[in-house]
Amino acid sequence: MITTNYIGQPVNRVDGRAKVTGQAKYAAEFNVVSGITYGFVVSSPVTKGKITAVNTRQALSQKGVLQVFTHENVSGLAWFDRSYKDQDAPKDGSPFRPFQNNEIQFSLQPIALVVAETYELARYAASLIHFEYEVDDQLVVGLEQNLDKARKPKSYKVPVTKPRGDANEAFEQSAIKHHGDYYHGSEHHNPMEMHATTVIYGDDDKLTIYDKTQGVQNSQSYVKKIFGLSDDQARVISPFVGGAFGSGLRPQYQLFMAVLASLELKRSVKVVLTRQQMFSFGHRPATLQKVIIGASADGKLQSIINKAYTETSQFEEYTENIVNWSGYLYHCENVDFDHQIVSQDVYTPLDMRAPGGVTGVYAIECAVDETAYKAGIDPLEFRMMNYAEKDLNDDLPFSSRELMQCYLQGAERFGWRKRNPEVRSMREGHNLIGWGVATGAWEAQQMPVRAKAKLSADGKLTVSTATSDIGTGTYTSMTQVAAETLGLPIEDVLFKLGDSAMPLAPLQGGSWTAASVGSAVKLVCEDIRSKLFSMARKVDNSPFANADTDDVIFDSGKIISKSNPQVYLTVSEIMHQSGVNVIEEDTTSLPNMLKQKQYSRYTHSAVFVEVKVDEDLGTVHVTRVVSAVAGGRIINPKTARSQVLGGVVWGISQALQEDTILDNNIGRFMNHDLAEYHIPVNADIKDIEVIFVEEHDDIVNPLGVKGLGEIGIVGVAAAISNAVYHATGKRVRDLPIQLNKLM
Amino acid sequence: MNRFTFASVTDISTAIAELDEHDTPKYIAGGTNLLDLMKVNVEKPDHLIDISNLAFNQLEELPDGGLRLGALITNAETAWNKQVKTRYPLLSKAILSGASAQLRNMATNGGNLLQRTRCYYFYDTATPCNKREPGSGCSAIKGYNRIHAILGASEDCIATHPSDMCVALAALDAVVNVTGRDGDRSIPFANFHRLPGDRPDLDNTLGAGEIITSVDLPPNNFAQHFEYLKVRDRASYAFALVSVAVALEMDGNIMTKARIALGGVAHKPWRNTEAENLLTNQVAVMENFKKVADAITKDALGYGDNSFKIELAKRAVIRALMQAAGLEVQS
Ligand SMILES: Cc1cc2nc3c(=O)[nH]c(=O)nc-3n(C[C@H](O)[C@H](O)[C@H](O)COP(=O)(O)OP(=O)(O)OC[C@H]3O[C@@H](n4cnc5c(N)ncnc54)[C@H](O)[C@@H]3O)c2cc1C
Ligand code: SF4
Repeated sequence: MITTNYIGQPVNRVDGRAKVTGQAKYAAEFNVVSGITYGFVVSSPVTKGKITAVNTRQALSQKGVLQVFTHENVSGLAWFDRSYKDQDAPKDGSPFRPFQNNEIQFSLQPIALVVAETYELARYAASLIHFEYEVDDQLVVGLEQNLDKARKPKSYKVPVTKPRGDANEAFEQSAIKHHGDYYHGSEHHNPMEMHATTVIYGDDDKLTIYDKTQGVQNSQSYVKKIFGLSDDQARVISPFVGGAFGSGLRPQYQLFMAVLASLELKRSVKVVLTRQQMFSFGHRPATLQKVIIGASADGKLQSIINKAYTETSQFEEYTENIVNWSGYLYHCENVDFDHQIVSQDVYTPLDMRAPGGVTGVYAIECAVDETAYKAGIDPLEFRMMNYAEKDLNDDLPFSSRELMQCYLQGAERFGWRKRNPEVRSMREGHNLIGWGVATGAWEAQQMPVRAKAKLSADGKLTVSTATSDIGTGTYTSMTQVAAETLGLPIEDVLFKLGDSAMPLAPLQGGSWTAASVGSAVKLVCEDIRSKLFSMARKVDNSPFANADTDDVIFDSGKIISKSNPQVYLTVSEIMHQSGVNVIEEDTTSLPNMLKQKQYSRYTHSAVFVEVKVDEDLGTVHVTRVVSAVAGGRIINPKTARSQVLGGVVWGISQALQEDTILDNNIGRFMNHDLAEYHIPVNADIKDIEVIFVEEHDDIVNPLGVKGLGEIGIVGVAAAISNAVYHATGKRVRDLPIQLNKLM
Repeated sequence: MNRFTFASVTDISTAIAELDEHDTPKYIAGGTNLLDLMKVNVEKPDHLIDISNLAFNQLEELPDGGLRLGALITNAETAWNKQVKTRYPLLSKAILSGASAQLRNMATNGGNLLQRTRCYYFYDTATPCNKREPGSGCSAIKGYNRIHAILGASEDCIATHPSDMCVALAALDAVVNVTGRDGDRSIPFANFHRLPGDRPDLDNTLGAGEIITSVDLPPNNFAQHFEYLKVRDRASYAFALVSVAVALEMDGNIMTKARIALGGVAHKPWRNTEAENLLTNQVAVMENFKKVADAITKDALGYGDNSFKIELAKRAVIRALMQAAGLEVQS
């Protein structure tokens, strides 16, 4: 029944114009009332200890300073941990509560909020508050320095895959043996937009809260529970998000503070974090993976062992799925995995684009590459030889898996055939040239989503659900799905999101939004379509009185007879003649769990990379990338390509540049600004080509969409590491690969 | 950021007079460094004197055939100026390797000389730092010091001067002209910035309240054989880990004059004239370059994270010399 073909078209972003003309408003830009006040957060200079005294007199004496909130004057809030747990909180532990007591648990912990009539005044007054501390210098920081404190967490976010076969024995028997320790340090999300919350105060403590978040309903339930508010006292709105990458999956402390101040002062309050403070909460955890691989002389994987160590805070047990990828990607009968955590005096880590996947795939994809070299087999060939025909971790068939096509099409486009297998065999002046490959994978998930649709007699459709658009193109792709399903011109469709009063939607994360929200949008539009069609059959002299849905198509705002395109009724005609002004539907789309759980469901990619390494100076440039992705149905190739490009750029960043440096003496991240926390600039990025491999999947969800939010970054760091080895003959097993590691 | 008052001045005597009426006044030009430092409470002036409207905004020919760069000309204007590009291409190249287009459009020549170190600890008031707070200690020596000095450092401070422009100016033997309460004076570039010693709070020899009015470039014959090589953690918009400015006068394959200045390795742009002289009247070949590279880094000292810079500096010196001498293509 799909005819207008918006799905699969490179439709321009429907919100593009608003964004480039500055009309799209972000959380800190809602200056909708006069008399708004400004909060400035004071961050702890101490990493661990106690506040023994606070003197706010000088700050409060400034004309225009309204209040200084600290642990000394904040009380009466929810007591139980569960009130502070949000949808993305680790299962075990106690979420951080600002101002709960005088204890300091991590560097840059927020210890005061100054509220004043202007931002500048609040910031200045913040510097006038005097704290005294009892400093505890028995710090636990640095993952590699504290491995002796590693332990199993109470529970895992994703359980560690059970051992299969006998990995140790199989390793002993293997002709080819490899072990390597793979490491990367902490990394921070650093979206362009700083975390911010604007609370507009209304009578009877009715708050309208503009928050930077990946889930308005997550933020809403968080403040409701803590401050004892009702749904309509805490409406959370977030129409645009200036990037988040996971940083908006948990409510950050500026939300708590803005709401607290607004309720206490009965004023509207805006709190915006500084770039430095963006380094004060969740981050991708430093991770060490000890990988052991055994293979037969002819290059068949016999044994894979991966023991991972990740950091977490002293108050929550954060884990992500790191080791299971080692058992998923290839066919290997003997595996053994373990994942332990080390509690440190840092903030709890937080999901960051492809959490766990990026890290886990990095290690296994480097280790497999090293094994391929030891076996004397082309690294791509090696991967294809060990191709998994089913998911051995869960013993399930794949819902679809066009990974082989990713390898083949990617290799073809890249020209892999021309690769000289010798390391250090290609050079251009001072530059050694290397080619590397890696596999990528990410889960294809679907979540329950409720959506509402309203078709009015003028043929205009509005669809809404409380999801978000963190830059992924959700507004656009969902508009396409709705227009397609109802056969409406795309201009007549308005998709709305980012308001907690809208129907229930999950956090935007996990790459499940297009699949989940898309399925709901499709379903609700199908309901409208059914209604519209039965109305069409009943209008006077209806040409469709005896028609079946299969006899018609919905196109350009009309229901048209398939057998005779001259016969049609417009949406407006149908509704006017039926005396109906609006058709409204409200539906929840649920994943078909029964069907889905019989299959393993993933997105895949193959990443091919060319690097040039200056032999003397050690500088690495990624000159060419081909990323071939099998992600099910592509709703919009343009926004999809952007997603993958962004992912690849971030992969380059992770491989070569990104690293939040923890000074182990003081437990503080030191490069906390964008001058010293390096991410690529334009000059670092050369050719990137994205290929979408055709893939059909009617199991993952009704749209056949797998999601592309994370897949683009997975595997890139490994492909680059592998290319660097091919260029130089040096294996660097800790990221980022900075020039000093190659000199 | 503290509260401050602000005055915009149009003549230099008013600018200097303004100083007397305030406790901690500061001049501001492009503001690209000062404002950042104020936002993190490292600089806390009670009064800002905007000098960007002073008349030192011209490029003038000097009688000796040199060029005078007004202190208030932007880095971008200087780098793209035709005279600078043809007569002092080393300077153009150095400036353009720094910061970003936006920053270079704001940043002034005077401000560039006076920009402060990028030492992480200097920027973070939660940590001890002798440069920011004399006597408090140096966090970098035992802390994270990837970007720190390997030459001329002291036990009180191992910070580097971050400028690219200044490395070229050092190689070109520029002269800094300043005006203060006591009148005008000219400071040879080598004496402008200082080593930290036990006073790391002092970056340079500028007197209190003195204004940089211009920088003079003496005439030279370096326009044919030069290189500014900047090695850093990303391709653009990052400070140098090590940078090398090389200027050669050549007669055939003989170097009649050689200047080498290094950035990212010391508290000031690093010159070692004794080492440079090893090249005078020598043939431009790798062996000779290696000797100089060794001589320059002879006393270099690493502090852990930055120890790689010693070898990097050597290799960068050799590469830059090879390229300047035309033995290898310029990067
Ligand atoms: C993110 C970032 C990246 C950068 N990267 C680089 C880089 O790669 N390479 C590089 O070289 N630089 C780099 N810079 C630094 C930049 O070049 C300097 O900030 C700039 O040159 C300072 O000039 P300004 O006019 O803005 O100085 P201001 O910030 O206005 O002033 C700096 C200081 O100089 C004083 N001052 C200014 N003019 C005079 C004068 N005429 N007489 C006396 N005192 C004066 C001020 O009082 C102040 O103390 C970077 C800066 C940033 C923010
Ligand atoms: S190196 Fe210098 S600037 Fe850095 S912390 Fe030490 S004293 Fe301060």
